[in-house]
Amino acid sequence: MKYLQALMLLVALFAPTRLWAVEPGEMLSDPVLEARARALSKELRCMVCQNESIDDSGAPLAHDLRVLVRDRIKSGDSDAQVLDFLVARYGEFVLLKPRLSWHTVALWGLPPAVLLVGAVVILMDIRRRRSGQTGAEQADLTAAEEARLAELLRDRSAT
Amino acid sequence: MIPELGHYALMLALGLALIQGIMPIVGTRTNDPVLMSIAAPAALAQFVFVAIAFMALAECYVASDFSVLNVYENSNSAMPLIYRLTSIWGNHEGSMMLWVSILAFFGALVALFGTNLPVTLKANALAVQAWIAVAFELFILITSNPFLRVADAPFEGRDLNPILQDPGLAFHPPMLYLGYVGFSIAFAFAIAALIEGRIDAAWARWVRPWVLGAWMCLTLGIAGGSYWAYYELGWGGFWFWDPVENASLMPWLAGTALLHSAVVMEKRGALKVWTILLAIIAFSLSLIGTFLVRSGVLTSVHAFATDPTRGIFILAILVIFIGGALALYAWRAPLLKQGGLFAPISREGALVFNNLFLTSACATVFVGTLYPLVLEALTGGETKISVGPPFFNATFGPLFIPLMLAMSFGPLLGWKRGDIVSAAQRLLAAAVLAAVAVAAAFAIEHGGPVLAPFGVGIAVFVMAGAVTDIAERTMILRLPMRATIMRAIGLPRSVWGTAFAHFGIGVTLLGIVAVTAWGSERIVAVKPGETVDISHYRLTFDGVFNRPGPNYRDVVGHFTVRRASGDVIGAMEPSRRTFPARNMATTEAALMSRGFSQLYLSLGDPNPDGSIPVRLFFKPQVLMIWLGAIIMFFGGGLSLSDRRLRVGAPRPAKAKDKPTPALQAAE
Repeated sequence: MKYLQALMLLVALFAPTRLWAVEPGEMLSDPVLEARARALSKELRCMVCQNESIDDSGAPLAHDLRVLVRDRIKSGDSDAQVLDFLVARYGEFVLLKPRLSWHTVALWGLPPAVLLVGAVVILMDIRRRRSGQTGAEQADLTAAEEARLAELLRDRSAT
Repeated sequence: MIPELGHYALMLALGLALIQGIMPIVGTRTNDPVLMSIAAPAALAQFVFVAIAFMALAECYVASDFSVLNVYENSNSAMPLIYRLTSIWGNHEGSMMLWVSILAFFGALVALFGTNLPVTLKANALAVQAWIAVAFELFILITSNPFLRVADAPFEGRDLNPILQDPGLAFHPPMLYLGYVGFSIAFAFAIAALIEGRIDAAWARWVRPWVLGAWMCLTLGIAGGSYWAYYELGWGGFWFWDPVENASLMPWLAGTALLHSAVVMEKRGALKVWTILLAIIAFSLSLIGTFLVRSGVLTSVHAFATDPTRGIFILAILVIFIGGALALYAWRAPLLKQGGLFAPISREGALVFNNLFLTSACATVFVGTLYPLVLEALTGGETKISVGPPFFNATFGPLFIPLMLAMSFGPLLGWKRGDIVSAAQRLLAAAVLAAVAVAAAFAIEHGGPVLAPFGVGIAVFVMAGAVTDIAERTMILRLPMRATIMRAIGLPRSVWGTAFAHFGIGVTLLGIVAVTAWGSERIVAVKPGETVDISHYRLTFDGVFNRPGPNYRDVVGHFTVRRASGDVIGAMEPSRRTFPARNMATTEAALMSRGFSQLYLSLGDPNPDGSIPVRLFFKPQVLMIWLGAIIMFFGGGLSLSDRRLRVGAPRPAKAKDKPTPALQAAE
């Protein structure tokens, strides 16, 4: 399987590049269905390319997948059914937005976790500072503030 | 001869970097001013020799010396001079040379202009910088030597990858590297502060110009790369959430956070420990970005495993520098005194909010970029997943919206304790304007996502908020015009800088929303004489002709562009460009700007029946995306030219009547 992938990659790299994604001939005549096909194509990965959706890719495999997606749509599949079909055939790898599962929990969970933990840490810090905020500490001026104060006092005595 | 000279100069630079990395540290430990003073001249000398090495490589390219393997593989005598020069960084070895040259350049700048720095801080920071230089110079000399010769010199080179033969690529990588490597200064200063175990507000003042400069370059570098991808790759996308792009976005997000936290540290002495950590993170992400792009790990984990020397070397650099820095941080940071109390609703509070969301956004990009690699490595290639644009749009977007909304409030809040009600009142006009924009967007545009008009509203709110800040400070309409102008002139440039940078974000956002929501596209095959309609324009295909170039040939399609009313407004000539040296073809899209909007036309391969497939886009307000970045750059420049930063931190002369800064050399 690995060798197959490597071979496919080689073919993709050295075949004369077509540099052309969605072609006029492969589009569906019904604009509603075609719009659905385009939207789905943006969620699907061209497996022999580097991080390109089949909508963007000019590789022959992407062309075949685009046609396949349109065939499924024409035969009446819902969007979810098309995706299920492709996942069953090519694995999770084909989805550009991975589904939530045990091995993607960290992926989906981390962004909100960072936000939450960060917010909690900040709130705790504010609390801690507030409780520790005594009169003496408030009177503690920074060097810059002290200099400014001295300057103001000097100004006042000058006038 | 010349390549050998370059090679030798690079070795000498390595030797100098070793001296620069060791002697000053010993000096600060033993309180030896002579050893400490070695740092600056060593940094300058190192730069001179790195520059000699770089110029030697450049000379090989200019002279098309194909006996040098690197030149043979990436250049061609038929290429115009400009592309022979940009080929230097269009490949792995050369781009590493550029990286090291910029690193040495920044080191030299610190050595030259850091005259008002405390002696120990300067010595330590330059030493840390030298360690980075040692690592990368070793990397080049051991695994990526650009000066290798070919035994039998070929007559002709293999040409640069055609999609890189583009003016955009002339300036994009250097700008990006200026940004990446610029953060090394902040990193070096952070490590130096940790080594000394002392830090004060003046630290932020010394470091901020470097961070700002790096951030400006990175902003422009990313925008340049985005525009290059937009017109060169032929399908009109401006951002792909590609790992290579993410690699540059992560340091930008961390750098933006650093820029803001450093303000708090400089003005209020708070967030010191966090700012140090951000400085470490920003440069660590730059290193990771270099690793991602340069190690081959992105193409495939297997490619990385089959030729691991480079990858392992960079991985070791990552582990040593990032791991070492974080360990030092964990050990020494508790020594640093926190200071500066503030209420949650205050300028500081707003900047903390900014940091929280920027850091979360950065973490999102980080996990999304690396997760597939890590998962594949952990499961031994069993589980492969893809993380692409739909994931990032779903996670990054929601994190950025609160940031955009809060952005207008920040500058209007006072330090220490702000008044949110009064800030909201002052933003009333901006909010009304945003509401009008939402309504107008609903009225004008039909179709497109329902949320898009709200995106326009947010963008307008950001822009109007930036204007509000200036309007409030100059008291426009409340004072006579003359007084307002006097106040505007008197405003610190950093205030103008903030306003411009924030305004630029709004402009970029507006462009992104408009082009994403209301862009239109036609994909059709046309024969000569046929027309294609898009938006308010009608294009007529007139035919195809050939046009030779210096090292390529173009098949050009000629299209006449008319308004719907029928009057001709110009012609568009997209082409298919074939490069015989590599037997590769690129699409050269044709662009026509109408205000900030663009018509975008690219060609496919001609069909047997004589028709040619074309992809035609109407990209509303697309130029605003990059215009916003230029405005941000300009804002950064204004801030950088602020007197406060130019004059710099406490000077020895002034130090007399002030309490001695905590970072002064302890003698």
